Amino acid sequence: MDELLETTFLGIGLKNPLVVASGVLGTSASLMERAAREGAGAVTSKSTGSEAWAGHANPVTLAWGNSVINAIGLTNPGCQEELPILVETKRRLNALEVPLFASIFASTAMEFGEVARVIAQAEPDLIEVNISCPNVASDFGEPFSANCASAAAVTRSVRSAVSIPISIKLAPNVPNLAQIAQAVVAEGADAITAINTVPAMLIDAYASRPVLKNKTGGLSGAAIKPIALRAVWELAQAISVPIIGTGGVASGLDAAEMIMAGASLVGVGSAVVNGGPAVFRQIAQELSEFMQQEGYQSLEEMRGKAL
Amino acid sequence: MEDRDLGGLMQAFEVANVITENSSTRTLLLKGRLESAQPGQFVMVWLPEVGEKPYSIASAVPLALTVSSVGTVSGKLAHLQPGERVWIRGPLGKGFRLMGEKHLLVGGGYGAAPLAFLAKSALKQGGQVKVCLGAKSEADLLMERRLVDMGSQVWVATEDGSKGFQGLVTSLTEQMILEERPDCVYACGPTGMLVALAEVCKRYQLPAQLSFEGIMRCGVGLCGSCELLEEICKQVGLPSGWLACHDGPVARFDGGR
Repeated sequence: MDELLETTFLGIGLKNPLVVASGVLGTSASLMERAAREGAGAVTSKSTGSEAWAGHANPVTLAWGNSVINAIGLTNPGCQEELPILVETKRRLNALEVPLFASIFASTAMEFGEVARVIAQAEPDLIEVNISCPNVASDFGEPFSANCASAAAVTRSVRSAVSIPISIKLAPNVPNLAQIAQAVVAEGADAITAINTVPAMLIDAYASRPVLKNKTGGLSGAAIKPIALRAVWELAQAISVPIIGTGGVASGLDAAEMIMAGASLVGVGSAVVNGGPAVFRQIAQELSEFMQQEGYQSLEEMRGKAL
Repeated sequence: MEDRDLGGLMQAFEVANVITENSSTRTLLLKGRLESAQPGQFVMVWLPEVGEKPYSIASAVPLALTVSSVGTVSGKLAHLQPGERVWIRGPLGKGFRLMGEKHLLVGGGYGAAPLAFLAKSALKQGGQVKVCLGAKSEADLLMERRLVDMGSQVWVATEDGSKGFQGLVTSLTEQMILEERPDCVYACGPTGMLVALAEVCKRYQLPAQLSFEGIMRCGVGLCGSCELLEEICKQVGLPSGWLACHDGPVARFDGGR
């Protein structure tokens, strides 16, 4: 237990600011419990929608260096099947004093509210509203995060459906990120998660075709850290709600930089490829060491330092 | 023949030669080596426009894959000809680690595929290699000839009794544990076989290394698809949340020693 890293987010106490990003290790109670035991400050479940969804066929992921491209395609069992998984996860995480964030997605604004209402029965500490998955345009249309009106409509729907805190997960590949964030905050978003993966593609020259079955995918890891830092830095100046800064964090220094850009919590996802689930403890320890070396007494003192 | 470092991305390999193992199984010998690969590790194999599947590494030098035609991807793979290409990413996961000198290898069905690579490594170190191979019937047996030719002693169990001991390979293995007193048991095969072997090895306080199958999607520890069911983890004594691609596919047990 490291007091330097303790923080409170929307009234929720966390042992450290590191959150398992949605889509990573979030498929079962046993895996989410493992992530919590490996040192994560909070755990986000894999996005669930209204119906069971198989996602895309292989190849779905490639990892090279510290970067990853994926098009898993929102594989999930549907919110009715997900509910007991989240109830059990919540029970196990409560025992470890680690909060559960539940991620949801849907294909219409109204359906977002319906899925949120079902998932709220598991009493997650926060619902993360995934309006920005870049890998399902052929299944569900353009992401809601693409413009202010659709992002606001989803937020309104979820806000009216549930009373627990909600965070809207935004995409970086828009020209008006700050305005979109302001629009969802105006509709009652308690927090913003930024960023989702960045639309990307790999082509194999010998095969002369895209490598992912879905052809395009979402880029994450080291390749997008600068994109995430810019987005969080811009958001921190535009809105007053807290930000879960996510994108390319794989070390304590990365986490410190994200916090200095204005993040309250820090999402960690792709770093699990090279570090395994134990990467959370590693990053937390590095962050604590950095803070001690530099004389920071708390995360709050470091937050927004680069603004 | 070039040693290849794939760096995570898939790379094209040309098929150099194809060996027929039985009516549905072939071994593809590829042009190129993966010298860093350990027995028990796996690769993801991609055929453009067809799909991507995990395969255990049948040999690293040259890189070789043993493929049984059971579905779309494996069907196409099993019928590749010399000169055609496959795409590989890996090596992935954690493989076998040789312990002691007397090695007992156990293969159930297609699980025999990585055992020749393991036997070769063990024999090269001067170890003694005994193998129990199980299959439904004689026609389904894999790797027997190859394992014998390289200098290991092989016993066979078939469920229909068409060859060797009639019954499950786990019963045969228990007999061999008693007769041979190996230093470690290394096994690859269906989950039921591995659970039974874990129990047997625990009873004799024998170290065991068991290679579990999983539904591999990302192959790099992110997506959770290959998580071993929590009840299986409890039965064999693994921590829950065990990922076949990251923590395994080989799980190591010390036998309570």
